[in-house]
Amino acid sequence: MSKFQFPESILSRPVYGTLAPRPGKSHLMIADAEGAEALLELADRDENLMANSHIIYLPKDTGETYVDRLRAAGPNQLYVGPSFAAATQRIRHVLGQAHMGLQVYLTGTEGLIGQAMNEATAVGIPHTAIQTEHRGSVARRMQCVHCKGITEDVTTDPFVCSHCGLNLFVRDHYSRRLAAFQGVCIDAEDPGNVPDPVELYS
Amino acid sequence: MTIQFNEETFRDDYSFRNSDWAIKRFPFPFHEDSYMYSVNMEQHRGGPAGSVYEKRFDVDEHYVSEMRDRALVLDDDPLRCQSLPHMTLAGWDTLELIMVSKSEDYPDLFELHRDGDQWHWINRPMGIEQKFTFLDETTLPCGPLEYITRQAQGDFAVLDQRDEMLWMDAGMVTTQADWSLDFDIGMNFFEWHAPVPLAHEMGIFKRALKFLLNIQQGAPARRLNWTMTVNPLLDTSPENYHKWGIQKTQMTPETIGAKQHLRVELQTFYRLPRSNALLFPIRCYLIAFQDLTTIPKWGRRLHRVIRDLPEELATYKGFIDNRPMMLDYLSQFDDGQPTSPGIWPDLTSEPALKK
Ligand code: HEM
Repeated sequence: MSKFQFPESILSRPVYGTLAPRPGKSHLMIADAEGAEALLELADRDENLMANSHIIYLPKDTGETYVDRLRAAGPNQLYVGPSFAAATQRIRHVLGQAHMGLQVYLTGTEGLIGQAMNEATAVGIPHTAIQTEHRGSVARRMQCVHCKGITEDVTTDPFVCSHCGLNLFVRDHYSRRLAAFQGVCIDAEDPGNVPDPVELYS
Repeated sequence: MTIQFNEETFRDDYSFRNSDWAIKRFPFPFHEDSYMYSVNMEQHRGGPAGSVYEKRFDVDEHYVSEMRDRALVLDDDPLRCQSLPHMTLAGWDTLELIMVSKSEDYPDLFELHRDGDQWHWINRPMGIEQKFTFLDETTLPCGPLEYITRQAQGDFAVLDQRDEMLWMDAGMVTTQADWSLDFDIGMNFFEWHAPVPLAHEMGIFKRALKFLLNIQQGAPARRLNWTMTVNPLLDTSPENYHKWGIQKTQMTPETIGAKQHLRVELQTFYRLPRSNALLFPIRCYLIAFQDLTTIPKWGRRLHRVIRDLPEELATYKGFIDNRPMMLDYLSQFDDGQPTSPGIWPDLTSEPALKK
């Protein structure tokens, strides 16, 4: 599957790279959905990598598509979970026990990468030991600036805040702390005049 | 002079008014007949007597009412004041700087008595008296940053300095020009400025950051920034934009003189002694078009600046839709005569309006 090229944007918006195998005694890989493809490519590029790897994988709407292949790649540990929230305690536990030199690989949607990045940096993993690669859906994790609620997997602009119900437009302004983009009321100056939602980047 | 504090509101019935004194000392931000972003920074070493630049933290007739408005905003949304855990010391630095400056600059309004770490603070206009132990949070009703900035006009961002970068790691933000502390907290200088048009490409933020990183203790700096606000609303926050945005559309040619306000921020920069953080007070001054245009030079100039302002800036500042109505109104005050250089009103030397 070809990778999506994000258009040039403002400086708060994260940019993602391409995962590459790094030397190290242990590797933590956190991925969702099509992020599995990036992990499989990593495994192809370095046959010794997976034996020292712990994969935390959230298939989301890809279901079983990649699970067998990930298992076949031979990771030391493979966890397949239903959601980031469900996996969070496990991620914290693994990161909490991390030794110097742990390499972290984050891949999949922006929401997954951003939240996992926060978990890794919170325990002091240096940025130089964390790689990211975007794969799959261009959906965004959005914070409503009004009610502060997070709406996951937003694919259209505008969209409806899943907490307060306001119609929000999608900004490129991004907070790493919240791992979210900002959503702002679109019809504040003309109540009720809400344009039809269009797919992001269309 | 003693200040008469106004009894006024910045919401609902908007009873906010500027006295003649406040109009004449308004920090008019345009030193020439056009405007573009620049690295407009200078030392903050006082200014003409009576001007807003004279004291370290200007106190004016709006003080008590502004503090009441801040308390209302905080009741509604406590997230307007936040401090990441490593910023407590910078909060104490801020408290010290403001208490010392205010008690020295306005001895009739504020007193600070220090006996070792036993401090006694008196704020007469707000009727506050507090004894506490410096650096002991348990002796104040709230954290030091919140405590002192509930008693000081303007917003405050507190920037941690590390890795040759500034990080917005604490703040009190209730009178902002449409940005969110809760969203921006933890960002670096380039990230929180990301939405600003043109200035990045002009290299302004790179140069500004370099200047800020080198600010030394005892040598503060300042600059002005400006935007437009309909009604004298201090809390033009993104958080409440769904409530106040509609007001931008409720102006008519009859009401624009009273409703449309020029909003000017006097921004200052202080290096803090213990934490090495940078304190960034953002003091907001509002003036109605009908008051501003009583100064002939300012009326002429504002018309020209708004007329010629690049579209990107008028859009970013949120008044592109109202610009035609603003220009219709302001053109009455522009008779085409030249204006003197500099920001001062020059009331005695500038010609009266010929129209
Ligand atoms: C370190 C202290 C500073 C802080 C905390 C700060 C904060 C901010 C924030 C939050 C915004 C709004 C951005 C948005 O749209 O979300 C802004 C705008 C801006 N800042 Fe700063 N700033 C600082 C220093 C400076 C300096 C030194 C300059 C010098 C050139 C500068 C120039 C600007 C400009 C030109 C804008 C756009 C304002 C407008 O057009 O209304 N800032 N700043």
